[in-house]
Amino acid sequence: MTQTARFHVPHPSARPGEAPDFGYLRLSAAGAVERPSPDARVHDIEHLAYDLVRVLDDDGQAVGPWAPSIDGETLRAGLSAMVLTRAFDDRLLRMQRQGKLSFFMQTLGEEAVSVAAALALKPGDMLFPHYRNVGLHIARGHNPVELMCQCLSNSRDMCKGRQMPIMYHWARGNIFSISGNLATQFPQAVGWAMAAAIKNEQHIAAGWVGEGSTAEADFHHALTFAAVYRAPVVLNVVNNQWAISTFQGFAGGERRPFAARGLGYGIASIRVDGNDFLAVFAVTRWAAERARMGRGATLIELITYRRGAHSTSDDPSRYRPRDEWKAWPLGDPIDRLQAHLIARDGWNEADQAALEADRKAHVDACWREALSYGSMTEAPRLDQCELFEDVYRDMPRHLIAQRDALRALADYQPKAGPAPEG
Amino acid sequence: MAQMNMVQALNSAMDVMMERDPGVVVLGEDVGYFGGVFRCTEGLQKKYGEARVIDAPIAEGGIVGCAIGMGVNGLRPIAEMQFADYIYPGFDQIVSELARLRHRTAGDFFAPVTIRAPCGGGIRGGQTHSQSPEGIFTHVCGLKVVMPSNPHDAKGLLISAIEDDDPVIFFEPKRLYHGPFEGDPEQPATSWAAHPLGEVPAGYYTVPLGRSQVVREGADVTVLCYGTMVHVAQAAARLAGADAEIVDVRTLAPLDADTITASVRKTGRCVIVHEATRFSGYGAELLATVQEECFYHLEAPVTRVAGWDTPYPHAFEWDYFPGPRRVAAAIENVLEAA
Repeated sequence: MTQTARFHVPHPSARPGEAPDFGYLRLSAAGAVERPSPDARVHDIEHLAYDLVRVLDDDGQAVGPWAPSIDGETLRAGLSAMVLTRAFDDRLLRMQRQGKLSFFMQTLGEEAVSVAAALALKPGDMLFPHYRNVGLHIARGHNPVELMCQCLSNSRDMCKGRQMPIMYHWARGNIFSISGNLATQFPQAVGWAMAAAIKNEQHIAAGWVGEGSTAEADFHHALTFAAVYRAPVVLNVVNNQWAISTFQGFAGGERRPFAARGLGYGIASIRVDGNDFLAVFAVTRWAAERARMGRGATLIELITYRRGAHSTSDDPSRYRPRDEWKAWPLGDPIDRLQAHLIARDGWNEADQAALEADRKAHVDACWREALSYGSMTEAPRLDQCELFEDVYRDMPRHLIAQRDALRALADYQPKAGPAPEG
Repeated sequence: MAQMNMVQALNSAMDVMMERDPGVVVLGEDVGYFGGVFRCTEGLQKKYGEARVIDAPIAEGGIVGCAIGMGVNGLRPIAEMQFADYIYPGFDQIVSELARLRHRTAGDFFAPVTIRAPCGGGIRGGQTHSQSPEGIFTHVCGLKVVMPSNPHDAKGLLISAIEDDDPVIFFEPKRLYHGPFEGDPEQPATSWAAHPLGEVPAGYYTVPLGRSQVVREGADVTVLCYGTMVHVAQAAARLAGADAEIVDVRTLAPLDADTITASVRKTGRCVIVHEATRFSGYGAELLATVQEECFYHLEAPVTRVAGWDTPYPHAFEWDYFPGPRRVAAAIENVLEAA
């Protein structure tokens, strides 16, 4: 037996210069997967972890048992939120390139994952996002100005300059804080849901991780605790195929779908087309209904594609084909919902163009307002001594002393140093 | 007033707080039906139900992570680590999440979690049941770190910790659970029954966080210590024949620098004692504080007595343990210095 036969290193289907190949994806036809009752026994619905729930067909029609009953107003709200998410994304990426932001992470191509889920859940449900979920904020109506101010670390930054760009939170909108340490929010979402059940409250929690961080212990802790206590929580794995430079095989995706991991814990588990707004909406509703009726957690794997770089700090053409996204078989979430609205709802190309222009203009106006509150380098700025607040509820004496020392430094003149200018 | 050992005092603190606040919940390995491997939660599940005294899977990271989520959702969780030695799988959740949640959200989210962890040696527990990892946690901004040395303080400090809106790591020197221990394993075990600090009010009271306690006033030398070493230090002072002032630090973070500074300025000499390993240990922080605040009052170099910088041993526990003879020798050295 050769060394290579005994030591397996996963390889993606294509590297730079090679032809993209998504033949490894297990796909089901739109409408082909049955929809069990939300109170079904896990044992009876294990196939859902291997199938792929899809609702929108190639003609934009909603087909099959998962097609949700959803009014035109909600659909247009979803489309609008996705378009706004993309316009926001595009604007902030360009602003990062111009040096206004220290860092940024795009959501491009994954808008339905967040927006459809947010609209399927209730406003009182608590969301524990990962870093590519800004659509949750936008769909719940968080003012983009506030999101931009966070990215700018300016005088109105909700984090007071303490977190890198995109690490938003929104207490009033029931959206938890984002951590750069991946998957930590997963057991926290389960704990929140456990508390809701302990207090006999009806709200549920939902959490998101990327497929790469399903390898973290926290992912498994979350599933264990969710299963043990039948926590009312929806646990989402956003499988966008890439974790920075490593394809999903390095998180174990070569062997089984990520959704199948839930089965080992006895948790209802479903694979869904993450670029299909209606399918994401329907599956999230199903899982939420299941949680509310006391049947516990659902693990949802959302199949999508990270069209942009991981962040502004990497160049994906170094590790995957530059045009790989063009071969993605599940299309673009905005185009697909638009096609559905055209097919069903009298929506047309002109409406779409008007919507896109309107959302772009809104983003431009928001950006101008956000900039008026300063940036990391331009006034108005936060007082640097805000740094010492909120380490504890009440500032202990050693931090008061350190804060005073930082303030005093402004007046310090080194004895042998150059004379101050001016 | 009732006579309690430390286990009973801790149990009473949780009982009192669960009675007062329906948001207080307990979770951890074996804490529910069985009442904990050290019996600290005995009877609580029967009294408050399975939804408030929760047996947890063996996953400290999951216990802490879920406790954070519970705290964010309005509960006041007390998470038990079965041994402090087992806390490390929860380290990321404690350091990156629990400690910094309030700061990173500018006060919009916080989780008032208390983490109880039996620590320290003297029970033949070897390297995985004897550690004193307090210095790892005092280094983390946003955490409060507490270690009581007697039943009275244990109950009052634990109630303060549960009520505190900041996360508290509450280390319990397990060798002291059933009686004071002066560090000589050849001596017969003593119980808290006859000890004045085993007298504990039956109901609600607090010992404030952030306050050290002078447990013995003296003129010759200050001994800074906490946990089991508070008792070892008293025996050591007797062995050395020294009129030592013994300060029980009690809350390691935030530190009560005033009490320490006042004592060392008075005596002019200082010995720092802890069970944990010496290098980069908590004693270094105490020593730096003494140097910064008391330099012109010092009459001798400040000395540390600590666990050797080796893993905690099984067979050679009493060679490792900073017992009364080592502490007495250090006191004598400091007193003899010019």
